[in-house]
Parts: sequence; C-alpha cells; structure tokens
Amino acid sequence: MQERLKQKAIQLLENGTVDRILGWKTGEFFYDLTPAVFTTREQIEKDFVFNVFSGANLSKYLIAESRKGGKIAAFIKPCDSYSFQQLLKEHRIWRDNVFVVGVQCDGMCDAAKLGDGVLSVKEDGENLIVETLYGEKTVAKADALADRCASCKSKKIVIFDELIGEQGEETENDRFGEVARLEAMTPEERYEFWRGELSRCIRCNACRNVCPACSCEKCVFDNANSGVRNKAAADSFEENMFHIIRAFHVTGRCTDCGECSRVCPQNIPLHLLNRKMIKDINELYGEYQAGADMDTKPPLTNYTVDDCEPSIVHERGGL
Amino acid sequence: MPVNEEFKPTIVAFCCNWCSYAGADLSGTNRLQYPANVKIIRIPCSCRLNPMFILRAFQRGADGVILCGCHPGDCHYTTGNYYARRRMTLLFSMLDFLGIERERTRVEWVSAAEGAKFAATMNDFSATIHKLGPNRRLEDLRCRKD
Repeated sequence: MQERLKQKAIQLLENGTVDRILGWKTGEFFYDLTPAVFTTREQIEKDFVFNVFSGANLSKYLIAESRKGGKIAAFIKPCDSYSFQQLLKEHRIWRDNVFVVGVQCDGMCDAAKLGDGVLSVKEDGENLIVETLYGEKTVAKADALADRCASCKSKKIVIFDELIGEQGEETENDRFGEVARLEAMTPEERYEFWRGELSRCIRCNACRNVCPACSCEKCVFDNANSGVRNKAAADSFEENMFHIIRAFHVTGRCTDCGECSRVCPQNIPLHLLNRKMIKDINELYGEYQAGADMDTKPPLTNYTVDDCEPSIVHERGGL
Repeated sequence: MPVNEEFKPTIVAFCCNWCSYAGADLSGTNRLQYPANVKIIRIPCSCRLNPMFILRAFQRGADGVILCGCHPGDCHYTTGNYYARRRMTLLFSMLDFLGIERERTRVEWVSAAEGAKFAATMNDFSATIHKLGPNRRLEDLRCRKD
C-alpha cells in the first residue's frame, strides 16, 4: 500500500497536477506518524510513510494548506473523508486547490496495545510481526486495532478525485455500547466516572488542536474573558467546563473520527461525550451523520415544530 | 459557614424580553409571591441564551438555572425558541451524562399573560433546588464565597 501511495504522490507531483503532497512521515517514534507536506520526489522517497499507524486525520490541515495558493494533493482515509466533506460544507476548505486521493483503510493500530519495548512492526497479511526488546512476536491485527477502528462507522470514502484500493460501505458496528453503559449508571456513578476521567486533564488543548470540527480562527478558549482560558488546570471546574463547551461546540458537526481520544496524552475517552451527542441527535431528531453529504441541514441549525421538549431529559431518566 | 444557617438557593432565570420578562412583571403587579433569590436576567430571545451562559452561571455560584421563553410558535422572531429548544435539550442531556443533577436545569415556556404561571414555576423550581442542596458538582472553587 505504501508503495502505491508513494508512486501516486510522485506521479501527481511530476505531471504537474499538484505542487505539494500532504501525507505522513515518522515523528518522534516509528509508531508516532505525523502529518507532513512533501514538495519533491526525493522527500517522498525518503520520508513518506503509510502503515497501520497513519491514523492522523489530514483533513484539518487542508484549511490552511488550501489557502496557500497552488494545488495540494491529500491522502484521505474513509473517516477523514467525512471530516473533509463536513469542512467543505462549512466553506472552510477551498475545494479547487485540493486534489483528494481516497485511500482504502483496514483500520489503524494502537501502539499501546502491542505491549512494551516495541522496536518495529511489520505487516504480514492479517498479522503484525512485532519485534520487541524481548524477541519477535506475532500479533493479530484485529487485536491491536485502535478502539475507534474496532467500532468503525464506515469504510466508505464519501468524497475523492481518485481512489487507491477499494471503495467500502458503511458498517453496522455498535458504536454506542460504552455510551449506553454510562447512561445506565446512576447520576452519582456517572459523576464519579467523569470526575475520575476529566480530573486527569492537563489542559494541553491537544483535543482542540487536532479536532477537524474545532477550526474556528478565534477560539473561545483563547478569550481572556471566557473564564476557561487558563492553559493549566486550575480546579475541578476548569476541566469540566472546557470539555462541556468543546463537546457542545462540535455537536451536530462531529463526524466521530475519534482523533480527540487518540491524541489525549492522559487517555481520557473524550469521544464518549461526542458520541453521546450523536446518539441523542439520532434518537431525538432522526439519524444524522455529519459530513456524509453536502445537503442535509445540521440538526442544530434546523428544527421541527414537533421537537421534544428539554424536559425529556428528566422524563427519560437520562436518555 | 454557620451550621444552622438555612440554605437559600441562588437561582438564575433567563427571561425572554417579549414574554417571560413581561410575565414576571405581571406576577409582580399582581402581587404574586416568588422567592427573592431568583435572579432574573433579561435576554432578547430564548435563542440568545448561549449555552455557555448556563455554565457561567453555575461557575459563579448559581444552584439552578432556568430558561423562560415564549411558547413554541409564539416567538417574536418567529423561530428563535425552536432552535433554543434543540440546543437546551442536548445541553441538558450532556450535563446529565456528566452526572450533574438533571433537576438543576429547566426550560419553561411562559407568555406575557402568564404571571401566575411564572410565580408558580419559580416557587416550584426554587423548592426543587432547595431539596437538592447547593451546587457542588459544577462549581468553581475560586468563585466560592464562603
């Protein structure tokens, strides 16, 4: 797969379709791939990487990149394509300056699931050959899948100019199991659960910075008067409010790409807040998948006369 | 804090200028009683209520927050309260998901003619919050006065 992507990138550069390529390169560690822009054949041959750790969603980078003049090609996986289309819908990306190469995705892996002392990982069909400090082992790819990929919502690439690999279909995975488990708890248990999770927050703002839906040029958290600007966690309220506001700001626009939880250095399951909102929207206002098309009105900029009353939250006992 | 002092909940009521605010006025001119610790904030439309205002009220020491607006269909701006209704439903649901007591937030539709409903709503809401006790789950320790 990596070779096919490299060849495509070089071909696009050399036939003049684009003058830049947005892809991945190795970051601090081999399993820590970071988005990168390539401009020459040499760079691509040397640094371009695509493997089971290419989880980073490239669509957000296109907001800035598409405005720089010239044309850029980006490799977009199925869940990135939802984010990309959502951003297009919000007029954030200049479509004419972007050439989208859709890439088939079989799920990305979580390096933390491979155990300690991992030196390198090689793909071998359905298995990963993991070389560690303590010798070589074989791990089934399915066992190392990132949580968000284990409950993948769709393998369909909703928008592309060219496709590498196969077009997939929306999947029938149950994404809301964990949300339902929390809903079944008492408010006290839920509060304890979230206190435990959110109190670990160090306010690094990584979730905000990586989120494709969080792309306002002027962010509320940079506003000194917001009461939540501080970059250090000050007390319990700070993290609570930060995450409530953030989850609410992306409600109806979140495509459930799961990047927030992937980048969280404290492993807070932030996607659960977003999924709760998606679940509520689906149940109360009809099925809605952000980024799935260009026409449907987002649920929060729409209404019907017969919408439920907010008291439904009390009546249904926590939805 | 003295032990025997009775807990008086602080309640913030966001009232739409075109209906509930006038409704509160009507309940006043009718000499209807409602608790003095209900602090009314006038907003131009229930739709003006940024969900952050609610969090902000809790941060600054509110024990309960209620939004009063025109009955759906009667909005001065035609559709404002329909949007507010969706927003508040989802926000309340999220607060509930985080384990914040769901009784602390409420939306009530009160028209300018419903002075009695306004007073009754505030009495009822105040009693509910009184039973719940002070807001501890969504408070900002830096803003605590005692």
